[in-house]
Amino acid sequence: MNKSMILKKMRFVDKLPLYFLRFFIYLILATFAGAIIFLFYTLFVNASRAHIDISKGFSLYPGTFFTRNFQKIITQENLFVLEGIRNSFFIAFISGILTTYFSALTAYAIHLYQFKGRRFIHLAILAVMMIPSQIAGIGLVTILYSIGFVNNYWVIIIPAIASPATFFFMKQYIQSVLPYEIIEAARVDGSSEFRTFNQIVLPIIKPALSVQFIFSFVASWNNLFIPSLIIQDGKKRTLPIIIAQLGVSDPKNFDQGARFMLMFLAIIPTVIIYLIFSKFIIKGTTAGSVKG
Amino acid sequence: MSKKRKKINYNKWGYYFVAPFITVYVIFSLIPLLSTFYYSFFEYYYAQGGFIKVGPNFIGFENYVTLFSQGMFMKYLGNTVILWLMGFIPQVIVSLLMALWFTSFRLKLKGTAFFKTIMYMPNLVMAAAFSMLFVQLFSNTGGLTTLLMDIGVIPETFSFVDKVWPTRGLIAAMNFLMWFGNTTILLMAGIMGIDDALIESASVDGANSRQVFTKITLPLLKPILLFVLITSLVGGIQMFDIPFVFTRGTGGPQGSSQTVMMYISGLLRTSKQYDMAGTASVVLFLLTTIISLICFFIMNKDEISEYREERRVKKEMKK
Repeated sequence: MNKSMILKKMRFVDKLPLYFLRFFIYLILATFAGAIIFLFYTLFVNASRAHIDISKGFSLYPGTFFTRNFQKIITQENLFVLEGIRNSFFIAFISGILTTYFSALTAYAIHLYQFKGRRFIHLAILAVMMIPSQIAGIGLVTILYSIGFVNNYWVIIIPAIASPATFFFMKQYIQSVLPYEIIEAARVDGSSEFRTFNQIVLPIIKPALSVQFIFSFVASWNNLFIPSLIIQDGKKRTLPIIIAQLGVSDPKNFDQGARFMLMFLAIIPTVIIYLIFSKFIIKGTTAGSVKG
Repeated sequence: MSKKRKKINYNKWGYYFVAPFITVYVIFSLIPLLSTFYYSFFEYYYAQGGFIKVGPNFIGFENYVTLFSQGMFMKYLGNTVILWLMGFIPQVIVSLLMALWFTSFRLKLKGTAFFKTIMYMPNLVMAAAFSMLFVQLFSNTGGLTTLLMDIGVIPETFSFVDKVWPTRGLIAAMNFLMWFGNTTILLMAGIMGIDDALIESASVDGANSRQVFTKITLPLLKPILLFVLITSLVGGIQMFDIPFVFTRGTGGPQGSSQTVMMYISGLLRTSKQYDMAGTASVVLFLLTTIISLICFFIMNKDEISEYREERRVKKEMKK
């Protein structure tokens, strides 16, 4: 009996470092997660507090100024927050649809048809995937400036048709899920190639389409650099431009609650989308990078 | 009937389907890119507050000489690299550790889904808004600054926004917070893709966990680490939103957090020196292209050899 007790004790002692290690690891994970939760929670709480209360320090509980801060920021003169939300949503939504649709179409073509130059085009798209989009955008902005063509959304939206990264994800996905027999069958039934793509292929690749739409929407919603160069007119500005504009001003000269409300409005749509679709989004992150 | 249909050449549809993508890419990316190259050899700016247009006059490499001799570009490039490294090095270390912890069979951590979900979240947040939040918290009268002063962590004279290294540190910290979750998930996918049998047989042969990590896990993670490095570097070179909003467009104390993109943005919008903006972006482009191309050839070995093989076969068939 004595012997077995010693054995048990030994085992416990053996396991002790693992407990310590686990505790230590949980502590680190909790610190990082805590910091992130703190940031988002503070943002939310302060968006609902009055200017004076915020300058006094932190609070654990939300205040009562949520609607008042909201009213204040959307009626703020020369800031055009409501228009900004609408503009951002419009650009991000259309861009998302164009990006996913045309990337899928291009990927499908490269996958299915054995046309001349196919492999060259495929390789070229993969090669330009690494070109920093903002740097390519600088050239576009310079051209637009020299012909005096600014304040137009379409020069931000149309380039979304050609998104090499989305193409790459789509190509990977189509390769793995699309059975050729279905396309054959559709052809036999007399469906045109374009119709086959729209009515048969698109529904099959729906999961990839939705994930890529989310990524594209979020990227466009958050995009600051190129839009800030192209759009200068007050009412046409997008949300990130408004944030940058307000951010450049002195933080002391503006109602703190309203500032937090503006950040809250800019962040909350993507956070909600994320919390609903986090599983798919996290999966989608790794889809293109891990090659078999 | 079906036999007859099979003879129809469907391949022309390939051209129709790739046409929009290619056309848009050429018009909105390729031509502007080439024109930037072209105009970097020209004198082209607006003088006297943007009223008098100068150029475009061909001046050869003069823009490049000015860009490098002025000294500012190199300084801003240095800033950008410093800011990127300060965020990236801890990011890779922390992400690698977390990915190992999350996938460890020995540790059997609970709640990993929760931690992953939280840590990935900042990645989708608007960088400009995130940066503004940090301004609110860390400005001289900001909530966290005063809190840290009250509990005596930092002296009363300390400032996060008026001193060079605290400013850089916070910008790096924001980049870190926004990207470490993403990197963790990529590395986790990489680790989970490693064949368990390899690790098991190594353990049976008496390898400890450290040896398993350095001799098996790390070498097999190389492609993914390379992917992380390149995407982060390409993103880092274009760093704009976070430092711009955090320094309120000033570039921080003594311009120490002014990045190249902030410099280019200023040239385009404020001083209207299109030639210098173009030249700076060409240099930036060449830098990233060289780095990316190296990575591209390493990552797409298969596609490239396939392409070569196809061309070789075609040539032989012609003979």
